[in-house]
Amino acid sequence: MDPECARLLPALCAVLADPRQPVADDTCLEKLLDWFKAVTEAGSSLLLLQEHPCLVELLFHVLKPQDLSSRILSFALRLAGIFAAQENCFQFLQQGELLPGLFGEPGPLGAAAWAAPSVRSGWIQGLHSLAQHPSALRFLADSGAVDTIFSLQGDPSLFVASAAGQLLVRVLDLALRGPAEGRVCPQAWDWPACARKVVCHLEDCLRSEATPRVTQALHVLTTTFGHCRGLWTQGLWARLSPLVARLLEKDPVPAPHALVDLLLGVARSPVLSSDPGLWETAAQALSRLSPTQAGPLAAGILKLQDCPQALRIQAFSILLQPLAHVLEATAQAPGTPRLLEGAAGDLMAVDTFPPSRSACVGLLCSALAHLELLQPLPQRPSPWPQAPLLAAVVTILRFCNGSAAPSSEAGGRLCAMLVGCVRVQRAALDFLGVLSQGLGPQELVTQVFAILLEYLVSPDSSPTVLKKAFQATLRWLLSSATPPGCCDLEPYAQLVLGELLAVLQKRLCSPCWEVRDSGLEFLTQMTRHWGGQGSFRQALLGSEVPELTRQLLQDPESYVRASAVAAVGQLSSWGLLTAPSSPEHPAVPQKTPLEELLLVLTTDSEGFPRRAVMRVFTEWLRDGYADVAEDPEQSVAPVLRAASRDLDWEVRVQGLELALVFLEQLLGPRGPSTAAPPGALTQALQALCRVQLFEFAFRSLFDCDRPVAQKSCDLLLFLKAKATPSGSQQEVGDGPNVASVEAALRRWQAGEQGQPLGELAPEAVLAVLRSMDLEALRDTLAESSDHVERSPQSLLQDMLATVGVLGDNEADCY
Amino acid sequence: MKLYCLSGHPTLPCNVLKFKSTTIMLDCGLDMTSTLNFLPLPLVQSPRLSNLPGWSLKDGNAFLDKELKECSGHVFVDSVPEFCLPETELIDLSTVDVILISNYHCMMALPYITEHTGFMGTVYATEPTVQIGRLLMEELVNFIERVPKAQSASLWKNKDIQRLLPSPLKDAVEVSTWRRCYTMQEVNSALSKIQLVGYSQKIELFGAVQVTPLSSGYALGSSNWIIQSHYEKVSYVSGSSLLTTHPQPMDQASLKNSDVLILTGLTQIPTANPDSMVGEFCSNLALTVRNGGNVLVPCYPSGVIYDLLECLYQYIDSAGLSSIPFYFISPVANSSLEFSQIFAEWLCHNKQTKVYLPEPPFPHAELIQTNKLKHYPSIHGDFSNDFRQPCVVFTGHPSLRFGDVVHFMELWGKSSLNTVIFTEPDFSYLEALAPYQPLAMKCIYCPIDTRLNFIQVSKLLKEVQPLHVVCPEQYTQPPPAQSHRMDLMVDCQPPAMSYRRAEVLALPFKRRYEKIEIMPELADSLVPMEIKPGISLATVSAVLHTKDNKHVLQPPPRPAQPTGGKKRKRASDDIPDCKVLKPLLSGSIPVDQFVQTLEKHGFSDIKVEDTAKGHIVLLQEAETLIQIEEDSTHIICDDDEVLRVRLRDLVLKFLQKF
Repeated sequence: MDPECARLLPALCAVLADPRQPVADDTCLEKLLDWFKAVTEAGSSLLLLQEHPCLVELLFHVLKPQDLSSRILSFALRLAGIFAAQENCFQFLQQGELLPGLFGEPGPLGAAAWAAPSVRSGWIQGLHSLAQHPSALRFLADSGAVDTIFSLQGDPSLFVASAAGQLLVRVLDLALRGPAEGRVCPQAWDWPACARKVVCHLEDCLRSEATPRVTQALHVLTTTFGHCRGLWTQGLWARLSPLVARLLEKDPVPAPHALVDLLLGVARSPVLSSDPGLWETAAQALSRLSPTQAGPLAAGILKLQDCPQALRIQAFSILLQPLAHVLEATAQAPGTPRLLEGAAGDLMAVDTFPPSRSACVGLLCSALAHLELLQPLPQRPSPWPQAPLLAAVVTILRFCNGSAAPSSEAGGRLCAMLVGCVRVQRAALDFLGVLSQGLGPQELVTQVFAILLEYLVSPDSSPTVLKKAFQATLRWLLSSATPPGCCDLEPYAQLVLGELLAVLQKRLCSPCWEVRDSGLEFLTQMTRHWGGQGSFRQALLGSEVPELTRQLLQDPESYVRASAVAAVGQLSSWGLLTAPSSPEHPAVPQKTPLEELLLVLTTDSEGFPRRAVMRVFTEWLRDGYADVAEDPEQSVAPVLRAASRDLDWEVRVQGLELALVFLEQLLGPRGPSTAAPPGALTQALQALCRVQLFEFAFRSLFDCDRPVAQKSCDLLLFLKAKATPSGSQQEVGDGPNVASVEAALRRWQAGEQGQPLGELAPEAVLAVLRSMDLEALRDTLAESSDHVERSPQSLLQDMLATVGVLGDNEADCY
Repeated sequence: MKLYCLSGHPTLPCNVLKFKSTTIMLDCGLDMTSTLNFLPLPLVQSPRLSNLPGWSLKDGNAFLDKELKECSGHVFVDSVPEFCLPETELIDLSTVDVILISNYHCMMALPYITEHTGFMGTVYATEPTVQIGRLLMEELVNFIERVPKAQSASLWKNKDIQRLLPSPLKDAVEVSTWRRCYTMQEVNSALSKIQLVGYSQKIELFGAVQVTPLSSGYALGSSNWIIQSHYEKVSYVSGSSLLTTHPQPMDQASLKNSDVLILTGLTQIPTANPDSMVGEFCSNLALTVRNGGNVLVPCYPSGVIYDLLECLYQYIDSAGLSSIPFYFISPVANSSLEFSQIFAEWLCHNKQTKVYLPEPPFPHAELIQTNKLKHYPSIHGDFSNDFRQPCVVFTGHPSLRFGDVVHFMELWGKSSLNTVIFTEPDFSYLEALAPYQPLAMKCIYCPIDTRLNFIQVSKLLKEVQPLHVVCPEQYTQPPPAQSHRMDLMVDCQPPAMSYRRAEVLALPFKRRYEKIEIMPELADSLVPMEIKPGISLATVSAVLHTKDNKHVLQPPPRPAQPTGGKKRKRASDDIPDCKVLKPLLSGSIPVDQFVQTLEKHGFSDIKVEDTAKGHIVLLQEAETLIQIEEDSTHIICDDDEVLRVRLRDLVLKFLQKF
C-alpha cells in the first residue's frame, strides 16, 4: 500500500464507522473492496491488519449494537471475508472472536439488519471469500452457517438466493477437494460431515415435490459440475444421478430448463462425460421433455465432441422434428424429400406441434436457430440433410407469405399460424443464408432463388425481413459462383440478376429509410463481388440503379446517405457510375464521383456520411482507383484538409488513416522498417508538406479525442522510422523553422488551437520529428484516460472529500 | 326477427332487418362492377374506341354488332353504363321505415330506393356521410351525363341471347334489373329525405327500438349502428377500420353484449397490408417520375386520397420530387378538399388538435398553397393551360369506364414510361384495363383498403363477444383463389350464419321479455310477499295499456257503483269481470316427506319412480298416479273425485299460497 493511502486509511475507517456520515455512493464501497482484494492478493492480510489497526477497529466497531447503515454492515462482512481468506489472518480474527461475531448467531444474522437483502448478500459473499481453507470449513460447520445457507436458497431476493447456491458449491468444493484429492471416486462415507450434510440437503431437494426446491438443487449441481473438476464430482454424480433420472419419470417433469442445464453441464465436464449412465439419462430426457424443452438439450448434445452416435441421432431428430412436420404438412407426393426417415419419422405425430401460435412460432424459431449454429461446426451431424432442410426452409418461408399449399388439415392450421409471422421469417432467412454453404439439387436452388425474390418483391416484407432476404440472396449468389471462388455467376443466377435489379430499383425509392439503406448495402456488396463481371455490368448499366444511387447521396436520412456514399464508391471504382445524361439540362456537366463525395465530406451535417466518404477515399487510394491514382496528391490534399477540420473524431481518425495509406504509397509499406532512400524521402516529404499533412498530424497529437492522437502518433512514428533508419543518429537540425514549429506545438499542447503552423520545410519537419519523444507520447496515450482518477489514492480522497474530512483544496473533484 | 339480404356484395351491403315492429334498411350500396362490361366513355373523341369491330356470333351472325364491340379478345357493351341495383322484389320496399347509412360508399343506391319504390320513411346518416356521399353522386352523374350516348343497348340482355355471349357477359347476374344512372334531381330528392345524426345520438323509432350510430374509423363520418330494444341488441358493423388514418377511431366498446352482430364491409384485399401498399405506391410513383414518366391514379374524390396526399406530402421532398406537379381532377375536387378540412369533429384526435392551433387538419392545404397540388373540375379549361409533364394525376372513376381517367388512359397508355397505379380496391384492375389493351404503360396494383381484416375481426369478436354473428357467405370460407388460407375467413364460435343475395334469414334468437311500466298508484297497492330470501311476489290486477309500442299497467277501474235502476247502463261503463281469483301457489314438493304423509293418511304400497323431469308417485292399490314435475303436479285417478280432492289437499299442504 502506498504511503499516501496508508495515511488516509484511518480517516476513512473513522468515516465508515460513523453512522452520522453516510457514504452516499455504493460504487465507492465496491471499488474499495476491489482495492482491498488486490492488496490482499499481493501480500499478507495479517500484516496489513497489523500495520493498520484501524481496519480491525472498524470491524469491531460494526459488532457494536448501533444504528449502522445496512450498506456499511454489508461492506464490513465482505471485507472481513476478504481478510479471512488467508488462514493465518483467519486465525488472527478468530482469536478476537470477530468472525463468530460477524457471521454467527450474535451478529447481524439475529438482528433487525438481517431484513436488508444487502446484509444477507454481504454475509454470503463474506463467507464465500473466506471459504478457502480447512479452518474455514470447520468454522462453517461449527457456526451452523450451512443451515442458514440452505434457508437463504429460497430467499425472496434473487441475488441472495443465487449467491447462496454458489456458496453451497464453494463449501462442497472446499470440503471434498481436500480429502478426496487424488483418489478415484471416493465413497460417500469418506466425506466430511459438512459435505454429507450438503449432499443430504441436495438429495432431499431432489426428492421434494416442490418444484422451486428441485430447481435450487439442480442449479447448485449445475454450478458444481460446471466449475469443479475434482474427481469427487464423479462420486457426487454417481450418488445423485438416480435421483435426477427419477425426476424425468414424473409427469410433468419438474424444472425442465434447470434439468437440461444440469445434464449439459455434466456432459461437458471432462471428469464425468465418460459415465455411460449420463447418456442414458440424456436420452431419457430427450424423449420425456416436450420438443420446446428438449431443443436446447439436443443442440447442446450435438455440439459435444464425444457422445454416443445413437444419442446424437436422437438429438438431431428432435431439432429436425418441427421442420419435418412442416414438410409433411405440404407433402403432395411420396417423392418429396423427408427429413426423418424410418422410426424417427413415424414417431413424429402431427399433433405434437404446439396448438398455440406463440408456442409453435417459438419452437420453429428455436429449431431454426439451433440448426443455424450447428451447420458450420465440424462435429455437425453427418450426413447433413441439406436437401430436405432446404426444402423445409423454403416451405416455411412459403407458409409465412401465404404461398404454400398445405396438404392436410394440420398444414392448414400451420399456415394460419405462420402467415405474416416476421419472427419466423427472420429465423428462416438467416438459416437459409447459412445453408448456402452447402450445395443442393438444382431444382431446390431454383426454388430458393424464387422464394428469395418473392420476399424481395413483396410489399409486405418488413424492413428487417427484407434486410435478411438481401443478405441471404447475396450468400446464395456467392455460393452459386462456378467454380467456387470464381467470380462468374451461374447462368441461373444471371437470370435472377435482372429481376434483382428491378427490385432494387423499386426498393431504392422506398419511403422507408431502412429499406433504402439495406438496398444500398446489398448493391455495394454485389458490386464488390461482381463489379468486374460482364453480365453483371451489363445488367447494372442497363438499369436505373446507378443513377438512383447517386441521387440517394441527397437522402434526408443520414444512414442512407452513408450507405449511398459506400455504394457510389464501389460503383465508381468499377467504372459503373457513368455520368448520366440529364434530360432537362444536357449541357450542364455532371460532377465526378470524386467531386460529389468531396461535397458530402465538406457539407454534410451528419457524421455517418462523412465517415463513409473517408472510408471510400482510403479504399480508392489503397486500391489504385483510376481517378485517384492519376494524381494521388491532388486528390488527397482537399480530403485531408476537410478531414483535419472535421468536428467528428472518427472522420479525423479516418483522415489520418488515409494519410498513412498515402505515406505508404510514397515510402513503402509498414513493417520492420527499412529507411526510405533519401531521394524518395525528400520527394515524399515535399509532397506531404504540400498537402499540409504535418499541420494536421501535429495538431492531432494534442487532439482531445485520444484515438486521434494515437493514430497521429502512429503516423509520425512510421514517418520517423522511414526517415531515420535504426542505428544512425542524425544531427538534430536547428534551422530557423524548427523553433517556431516547436513553439507552435507547445502552444497547441497548452490548448491554444488557433495558431497555424504556416509553411513547413521538409528539413524542419524531420528535425521536429527527431526532437520529439513520440515513443513516450505513445505510451502515455496507451494508458486509459482515467488512469489517474482510477487510482486507490484518488478513491480514498474522493470518499473523504464527499464527507468533508479533507480540505477543499485537496479534493480531486472530477 | 328476420334479415332480408338484398345485395350479394359484401362491401356494398343492402339488408333489411325486421325487428320488433320496425323495418330497417341497413345501407344501400350500389354494385358498380356491372359497368366493367361496358365500353369506356371517352371525353374526347377516341378513334380507337369508335373503330372497334362489332362482335358477331360464332356462326357469323352479326345482329349484335351495334351493341357489342370486341377489344383484344374481350366483348363490351357499347352503351351508357348501367348499375346492378339491390333486390327490389324480395320485400316490399315501401314498407321500410328507416334507412341507416354507414358510410358514403354505402349510399350510392339511395336514389333508386327512395325515388322508385314508394319509400315513405326517413334516412339517417351523419353529416360528412351525406356531404361526401352527395359529392360522389354528383361526380358520378356528371361523369355520365357529360358524355351523352345516343345508344342504349338492350338486345343483349335478352336471356336467350345472353346465353350465347362470351364470359363475363354470359355470367352477369340479373342484367334485366340493371339501371342507368340516376339524375341530379333524383339525387337531390333522395338526399332531402336524410336526417342528420351525430355519433352516439340515440334515435327512437316508434318507441319500439332505439338506433345509435357509432364511429367506425373507416371514413369521415362513417358509422356502425346499434339497434336495440330494452332486452335485445343488434349491432350492425359495416366498413370499419382500426388503423390510424384520418377519421375518428372506431368505437368498439359500445358493440359489446350484442345478441346479434351483423358483420359486413371487411377489407376486400385481406392479403394486402395498407401500410405496405402505401410504401409500394410511393416507390413506384417515384420510380416512374424519376424516369420521366407520368403517373395516373384512378380514384374516388374522397377517402384514401386524403391519406395518400398526406403520405406524398411527407415523401416528395425526401424523394426529390418537389418539382413534380400533382393534379387532382374531378368535378367535385375543390369541394372534397375543402370539406375534408371543415369536418374537424369527425377527425382523429391528432387532426382535431391541429384545428385549435389553428392549422388545417390535412396537409394538402399546404400542397395547394405551394402549388404542388393543383385541382381542376375537368381536363377542359384551365387544366390544359397548366398541364406539365412528367406529372401525377389523381382522377376518377376507378372503374376506368367514365370520367377524366378515360382520357389519360388513352393519352398515356401507349408509353411504357408511364404508370397507372390502382389504389381503390373496388374493381379488378385487370378487368378495368381490358378495353385499353394492348397497353404499353406499366400497371401497378396497390389496393389500399383500410377496413378490418380477418385477424382484426377475430380480435374484435373476442372482445365484444356477440351471441351470434351474421355475415355474407364470402366471409365464411377462404377466397376461391386462396382456398388453403384458412386464416382468411371469419372464425368464431358459434360459427357465423351466412347470407347471400336474395336470401331471407331468420335470426337465431327469440325475444323473451318486454318492458312494461307500472303506474305509481298501482305499484303502491301491491303487497309483495317474500317467498325466498330476496324474492318477493305479488299478484297484480291491472289494465295493460299499449300505445306507441310502450306498455303501461294502469290500476283497474273501480267497480261500478250500484246505479239507480232507472238509469240505463251504458256500454262505456262496462268493466272487466273481476272474478275472485284462486290463490297462487308456489314452492316444491319434497318427495320423501310427501310419501311419508301419504303413508300417514293410510295409503300403502306406494312406489316412487324418478323421471327426467321429476317424480311419479304411484299408489298401486288405488290405481292412482301423482306426477310431480318442476312446474306442474298432476293427480291422475279414475273418476274418484273424493280421492282426488284428498290427494290434492295433501299436495297443497306442501305449497305456499298467496
